[in-house]
Amino acid sequence: MSADKRQTMIEFRDIQKYYGDYHALRGINGTIRAGEFFSLLGPSGCGKTTLLRTIAGFEGIDSGAVLIDGKDMSSVPANMRPTNMVFQSYAIFPHMSVAENVAFGLRRDPRSKAEKAAAVEEALGMVGLKGYGGRAAHALSGGQRQRVALARALILKPKVLLLDEPLSALDKKMREHMQVELIKLQRQVGITFILVTHDQEEALVMSDRIAVMFEGQIAQLADPETLYRRPNSRKVADFIGTMNFIPCEILSENAGGYEVDIKGLGRVTLSADQVASDENSGTPAVGLRPEALTLLFPGQTSDERKVPGKIDEVIYFGDMTSYDVFIGGTDIEVRLSMRNVPGRPVMDVGTGVELSWSPSALVLFR
Amino acid sequence: MTKAPGLKTYAILYLAFLYGPILVLPLFAFNDKAVVSFPLSGFTTKWFGEMWADPNLWKALKNSLIISLSVATLSTVLGLFAARSSVRYQWPFKAPVMGFIMLPLVLPEMIIAMSLLIVLMALGIPLSIFTVILGHLLICTPFSVALMTSAFQSLDRSLEEAALDLGETPASTFRLIILPLVMPGILSSFLITFTISIDEFIVANFLGSGQPILSVYIFGQFRFPAKVPSMLALGTILVGLSICLLAIAEYFRRRGIARIGGKDSGGFL
Repeated sequence: MSADKRQTMIEFRDIQKYYGDYHALRGINGTIRAGEFFSLLGPSGCGKTTLLRTIAGFEGIDSGAVLIDGKDMSSVPANMRPTNMVFQSYAIFPHMSVAENVAFGLRRDPRSKAEKAAAVEEALGMVGLKGYGGRAAHALSGGQRQRVALARALILKPKVLLLDEPLSALDKKMREHMQVELIKLQRQVGITFILVTHDQEEALVMSDRIAVMFEGQIAQLADPETLYRRPNSRKVADFIGTMNFIPCEILSENAGGYEVDIKGLGRVTLSADQVASDENSGTPAVGLRPEALTLLFPGQTSDERKVPGKIDEVIYFGDMTSYDVFIGGTDIEVRLSMRNVPGRPVMDVGTGVELSWSPSALVLFR
Repeated sequence: MTKAPGLKTYAILYLAFLYGPILVLPLFAFNDKAVVSFPLSGFTTKWFGEMWADPNLWKALKNSLIISLSVATLSTVLGLFAARSSVRYQWPFKAPVMGFIMLPLVLPEMIIAMSLLIVLMALGIPLSIFTVILGHLLICTPFSVALMTSAFQSLDRSLEEAALDLGETPASTFRLIILPLVMPGILSSFLITFTISIDEFIVANFLGSGQPILSVYIFGQFRFPAKVPSMLALGTILVGLSICLLAIAEYFRRRGIARIGGKDSGGFL
């Protein structure tokens, strides 16, 4: 990352927002860096869209401040902010052509007609819609509408592009295609992108950094790998990907690390960085991702720690098979998935197997 | 589909009862006999000539057009703002205020006419076509509010936000985005309020202070049997004009909907 990408583009300062009695945003703090692809991720009703709309200026806040590029936005209306938005419904103006839609933001631009037309054509080319300018907006497909919405927002060269669940209306194939297109586009234009999504996979794939939100608060703000490997609370761990939670007993603490006795897996020493910072996760448990567990097929061995198990459920996905396995003669079940490489059988339900696992992949929730 | 001959007969009878009498209008308007009865005697256009030459009719028509065009314009503008405010904004006592605006829909016109008459007389305001406009506004605005409310409700709010986001002010957003998109609703409202106003009788009669107004004038002429055929001639022209007007309005409405790719949710024709 270059030096200027480290600069702060947006700063949230203790933002509080109420809808009547409902406390929608409860003390949002954090910064979004210039040029990064940032995601606001959370379940519906967590406040992520509200937070995005406070950046755009569509929602006022009750206290705190939003700073864009160092300037307090509290007295700046939506039409004067250096942000542009791609709406969930795309909000394509139905009574205008594609070109008129894209050129809409240039109405107050002093450039000549020909220059504006060139800018429109360039913006359309950027989103892969060259030559579509004359089409009626209502005659476009969902994916094309979204591209028009992108071109319409990007033509103004905003400091920040806001995307409100832009992919949720597309089918799976189109969605995956647009994810890649958006990443490429963001690298190409270098504008700060802020994406709102409830799809954790989408956020992990696309973002440089992600803020996971629950109930009007940011639970964790980190890069995708940290979020996935070192979630700071049980809730974040549960929301992102699949996580096996295995109850454990804390035996002793040593310099931030812990010695624990995990049900079915035995005694393990965990270093300080394997401990989730949230101390209110309920009964102590360790988290283990499915890919940190390996099913040992007949004849295979491993230097890692091993635990016997019994297969309870087999789900075949084609490229992968997912197994639910009771471990160590307990009623604790873990989920793991194995790639179906050639020559490897799909195991049957009820088979006794051996799993290998590594203590370094564990996260402790206290 | 299963056959239901009873329903079919009912539908035919219903339509015959609805439109049969209107077909009688041109029939007797061209009939060469002063008494409206069968059998028909001969073809004539003299009733049209008689009607055309009646100066009082022209005065009544002029007054009625002034009234109805003013009412259609004003009530559509009022309905536009009231509906916009009620759909888009929150303000105290919205429900009761909107309720009172809509109340004349179910209030007997007689009551509106009488109470207005009493108030206007108490205030010392002379009766004229302006007082008729006032009365018609009360009656027509609820229709406009209802039509415009459904027009605004079908408008995606993010279209407005998108225009603001792209640098437009609230005023220019209204002009460039909202107004064009609710135009079919505005046309419907204008047409319906015009139609309600032009054939309204009770308020026109109470508040018109004897000014010739089309509905009142026609009613008055029916007292003289000799005048009936020329009134039928007038009726024939009005039916023709109504059909033309509706066809034109429907054409523009459908064109407007096709232009924005919307789904036709039913018009007049």
